[in-house]
Amino acid sequence: METTLPSGRIRVRPRSHANTVLQATLIVLALLTVYGLITIDTRNINVVTAFGDMLNNFRVVLFEARLKNLSWLDLFRELMITVALGLLTTVFGAIIAFFLALLAAQNLAPRRVNDAVKVVMAFIRAVPTVLWVLFFAVTAGLGSVAAVIGMTFHSVGYLVKAYAETFEELDAGVLEALRASGGNWWQTVFQAVVPSSASALLSWTFVRFEINFSVAIAMGATAGAGGIGFDMFMASAFYLDLRELGIFTYAVLIFAILLEWGATRLKETVGVKRQA
Amino acid sequence: MQPDAFFRRRRIQSALFFLAMVAMTYGGMVLTQFDLVQGLSVIPRAFAWGIANFVPDERAWARLPRILEKLQETVLIAVASSTIASIFGLGLALLGANTTRPHPWFSLPARAIASIFRNIDVSVWALILLFSFGQSGFTGFFALFFVTFGFITRVMVETIDEVGIEPVEALRATGAGYTAIISQSVIPACLPQLISWVLYMIETNIRSATLVGILTGTGIGFLFDLYFKNFSYGSASLVVLATVAVVLLIETVSNYIRRTIL
Repeated sequence: METTLPSGRIRVRPRSHANTVLQATLIVLALLTVYGLITIDTRNINVVTAFGDMLNNFRVVLFEARLKNLSWLDLFRELMITVALGLLTTVFGAIIAFFLALLAAQNLAPRRVNDAVKVVMAFIRAVPTVLWVLFFAVTAGLGSVAAVIGMTFHSVGYLVKAYAETFEELDAGVLEALRASGGNWWQTVFQAVVPSSASALLSWTFVRFEINFSVAIAMGATAGAGGIGFDMFMASAFYLDLRELGIFTYAVLIFAILLEWGATRLKETVGVKRQA
Repeated sequence: MQPDAFFRRRRIQSALFFLAMVAMTYGGMVLTQFDLVQGLSVIPRAFAWGIANFVPDERAWARLPRILEKLQETVLIAVASSTIASIFGLGLALLGANTTRPHPWFSLPARAIASIFRNIDVSVWALILLFSFGQSGFTGFFALFFVTFGFITRVMVETIDEVGIEPVEALRATGAGYTAIISQSVIPACLPQLISWVLYMIETNIRSATLVGILTGTGIGFLFDLYFKNFSYGSASLVVLATVAVVLLIETVSNYIRRTIL
């Protein structure tokens, strides 16, 4: 029996639309990366020397960390302020986002309402959190009020998307059953939607708490929100004290790892994926 | 357990949970000196002020070329750091994933390194890097690079393990070496997921780059800070609008790419 092989190379990967897009994406990313590196603003620093400095600085941060301007008690209080900022903005964000997400979910509200809520939320998410905080700081002054309101805005934008997608995954039959038995909209929400999505909502909220803790550090450093971020900014920009910065870095690293561990445990028990 | 006893216990549990949350929220408000009444009154006042003052004026439009130039700088740094960090992240993930690690001992160190890089916030990295790279673009580049590197390593370890051992075993059975197995089976199988995560990190990093820019005095963040502190609110608002437009554009493009390749 004779089999004829196609001449030349055998095409292993079929030429499909998906592959074309994949390859185009890779090429565009590579070109932009090269162009970005060529045009980066070096401010005439010697990159090789600076890189050596960086490694030495890492060593100082890691092995020579010590406190100077703050006591351990101060450090704990400052860390707790940052945690509190993260907690407040997550709680406020979750409450507001819950009601807006009911309007954004396709199976719970009319299409036109969905689209309106989603467009506003996409806009809120696209504005970096720091710009929200500074925007509110003009009226409220720099401080915790502007920080909490600004961070809450961004949290709402994120959580509405996450919650609405959770609601949309609900079993249509359950909603149908409640509607058919004459339940009104609020009864449907509290007897069907909330019980069956509670664990997923909780998991998303915890993920947002993890994010808000990091954001609270950044807002302390850039937008006068106080807490450990502000101390880090002072240690870096004013006292030029890498060693104290080292202790702060350990503090936020340990807390962030604890949070991540908690989030992973929570996700394992409720089985939700991380992707935003 | 009796059904009513079950429901009573669940009600008590939820009530305790809510009480704990209320107590912690109240404690947080005391600790941060956040005044809820003041906070609520700020929102309408801020938007009233924004509608009157936070709109691009003529001076702002004249500054548009400079804004776009700085925005391009920020976007390019976000793309370059995300892309390069992803290559390194993929490398570490191959060493750490259960199916592709050269030796079982590689797993724990690889995951620990990724965890440290990922859990130090980008603003913290920027504050440390300021000591060596000063106000150059490299401060932002490396700050974004380190966080992305840690994040990509983590998600790629999960992705590689999800792909499973079968394709690796199939290639091993043909006598393929380690590099052939990685380049012919593992990487092609994971590439769409990897690209999806790189695009996600680019979106995140453009927002983070704005923040880092305020800290280090570079890119679009610096320009916003400059206009903002000089009370040129019209120009500052144009910076926000331009940033939003670019973020939404990139989100749309990456959603299209994701839908096509996944």
